[in-house]
Amino acid sequence: MSLSHHHLNTNILPTLSATIPTPFPLVFSAPIVSFLSFIFSSPLSLPSSPPIFSPFPSSLPTRKKMATAFSPSKFAAQPFPLNTTSQNNPLTIPTTASPFLGSTRKLIRLSSSSNLNIRRRSGTVVAVSDVVKENKSKSTLNLLITKEEGLELYEDMVLGRAFEDMCAQMYYRGKMFGFVHLYNGQEAISTGFIKLLKQQDSVVSTYRDHVHALSKGVSARAVMSELFGKTTGCCRGQGGSMHMFSREHNVLGGFAFIGEGIPVATGAAFTSKYKREVLKEADCDHVTLAFFGDGTCNNGQFFECLNMAALWKLPIVFVVENNLWAIGMSHLRATSDPQIYKKGPAFGMPGVHVDGMDVLKVREVAKEAIGRARRGEGPTLVECETYRFRGHSLADPDELRDPAEKAHYAARDPITALKKYLIENSLASEADLKAIDKKIDEVVEEAVEFADESPVPPQSQLLENVFADPKGFGIGPDGQYRCEDPKFTEGTAQV
Amino acid sequence: MGNRAIAEIQFADYIYPAFDQIVNEAAKFRYRSGNQFNCGGLTIRAPYGAVGHGGHYHSQSPEAFFCHVPGIKVVIPRSPRQAKGLLLSCIRDPNPVVFFEPKWLYRLAVEEVPEHDYMLPLSEAEVIRQGSDITLVGWGAQLSVMEQACNEAEKDGISCELIDLKTLLPWDKETVEASVRKTGRVLISHEAPVTGGFGAEISASIVERCFLRLEAPVARVCGLDTPFPLVFEPFYMPTKNKILDAIKATVNY
Repeated sequence: MSLSHHHLNTNILPTLSATIPTPFPLVFSAPIVSFLSFIFSSPLSLPSSPPIFSPFPSSLPTRKKMATAFSPSKFAAQPFPLNTTSQNNPLTIPTTASPFLGSTRKLIRLSSSSNLNIRRRSGTVVAVSDVVKENKSKSTLNLLITKEEGLELYEDMVLGRAFEDMCAQMYYRGKMFGFVHLYNGQEAISTGFIKLLKQQDSVVSTYRDHVHALSKGVSARAVMSELFGKTTGCCRGQGGSMHMFSREHNVLGGFAFIGEGIPVATGAAFTSKYKREVLKEADCDHVTLAFFGDGTCNNGQFFECLNMAALWKLPIVFVVENNLWAIGMSHLRATSDPQIYKKGPAFGMPGVHVDGMDVLKVREVAKEAIGRARRGEGPTLVECETYRFRGHSLADPDELRDPAEKAHYAARDPITALKKYLIENSLASEADLKAIDKKIDEVVEEAVEFADESPVPPQSQLLENVFADPKGFGIGPDGQYRCEDPKFTEGTAQV
Repeated sequence: MGNRAIAEIQFADYIYPAFDQIVNEAAKFRYRSGNQFNCGGLTIRAPYGAVGHGGHYHSQSPEAFFCHVPGIKVVIPRSPRQAKGLLLSCIRDPNPVVFFEPKWLYRLAVEEVPEHDYMLPLSEAEVIRQGSDITLVGWGAQLSVMEQACNEAEKDGISCELIDLKTLLPWDKETVEASVRKTGRVLISHEAPVTGGFGAEISASIVERCFLRLEAPVARVCGLDTPFPLVFEPFYMPTKNKILDAIKATVNY
């Protein structure tokens, strides 16, 4: 692996030195800082998953050059890495310093890929955050986010957590029923990715979709009402937990079936590209994010869509929320190669692995992947290593998982980590964060009250929206809408 | 006998990705290879049917799709005792069988099940309640609902004969026909949507065979023609009252 990491570098170096005169390290300001920061902190604190870009063999390495360019002394001060415990990584990804240094080198914009020896398949990494940033980064403190961004991220994650906890309470009180799947522990991925999107960008999710909808902008009231099955819910109470849709915010659904959403997301990305290129709407650069889990990566639909997306360079990012468990099946037992990010280059797109418990790292990778898609460079496969703190669903007693594993990940709670980061870097005070906590509690309480007071859908809604005619099966012989005919309760709906 | 493969699909709603392989391969292997190969007596078990809180994708009844495929068998038990006997028969049957288990019964049904090995015959329907006014045909969890309706109808003086089909494909036409010849009326009930549900096949076959004997049109009390709803499940389901109404309408035709 270390060898192949270096392969790419020689191809990039000539182009880069021609375009960017500044010394290397400063090119990689914000994004690299987080990556490099854990190398430069104590050796024991190597995080479990620095972003690793699947290599693509091309030509020979030049290790020497890299070592000098990346000497630690060039960085005056590094911000604290968010997650410093990483000993028991179930996915043992080799994290020695040299291949890592090699991989960061790849965060270079392939400005003119024609010069490079990399042929058709751009399996390696590509986008980097703007070169513009390097001018600002000569200050001693290289922070990844501003105060406003930090508070926004914190608020979104706390909203996700508080909402899910309230869902659990409501379920056990019988106000919510059906199958409910909670997102506790994975908030960093939702926040890290979705907060970078515009309103017209689309999100396609799984059955664990409450927090994706919330991050995208659907109000907590609408989501809670939908869970209660009330008519004010985002789908008018039709679907419930696993079916969060929003036309206004372009949430294309939660999907109960695993892998069913990926073709839908691919289609949404296709629409965007079609609009841009065939219908000539030049400013249409909508990106689609498809979220799915580790179990889905063994599903045929996933591979078919990777192929199509790479073939047509669709503006889509495939985000794998690898929480190591597919209901009760351990990912390692079910998959021939557990490193999912490697499946990207097999189809001709970059595959990235990132620590999904750290919202800042996820955000940095997301920026690049979404940027790539927006510029029309094609799809990316991002594997986020994360964990769900609760069981698969509220009906799952969660007895199968090792308590040591749970404790390990509980220590890497993304909200606690972000809080620590904000406070230690003086971006926010305890008081600010407490104020946000309180505000979110009120929002969630209010959402529950709203949902409680909302009406249950009327009986006529049952026959609506089966076909395009919103009133159900049209007008009956008596001149009334059939769905309003009281006789429909007799058990047959004659069309 | 050799080893038998038994596959489980966690919810019948999720069987559709496998539908292609079941219908195009498992059902046709023996046929298209001229009996040189077969799929080894494959049995596929899947929980199906409403459970009260399942929503769109945990409550579907896809038996009608499979009943349209020549080459496989479809079996549905109504109780634990039946389930054991029928499942053992399915496993030992050399043909591919899809065995749907009503998930409603998983937590609710309580029955004495013999511990020894026993098999119940496939393709034989069972008359579980004798009557003389109307024949009710059903399968799976719906039978308990129909039984309640029968008890209520009894109070109104209507004597109902209740038949459990057990095997939907190939189904026991003789037993049902004999019963209809006795009563002259038939009502079919299932949870799947009414249009194209298996009740349609039963209705058409009975009319073909017993047209002159029938005193009233064949009644079907089934789910509505919508995707399985979440909140509206009580309205969607063929409940006891709906069945009772239909029994009375048929008897008073």
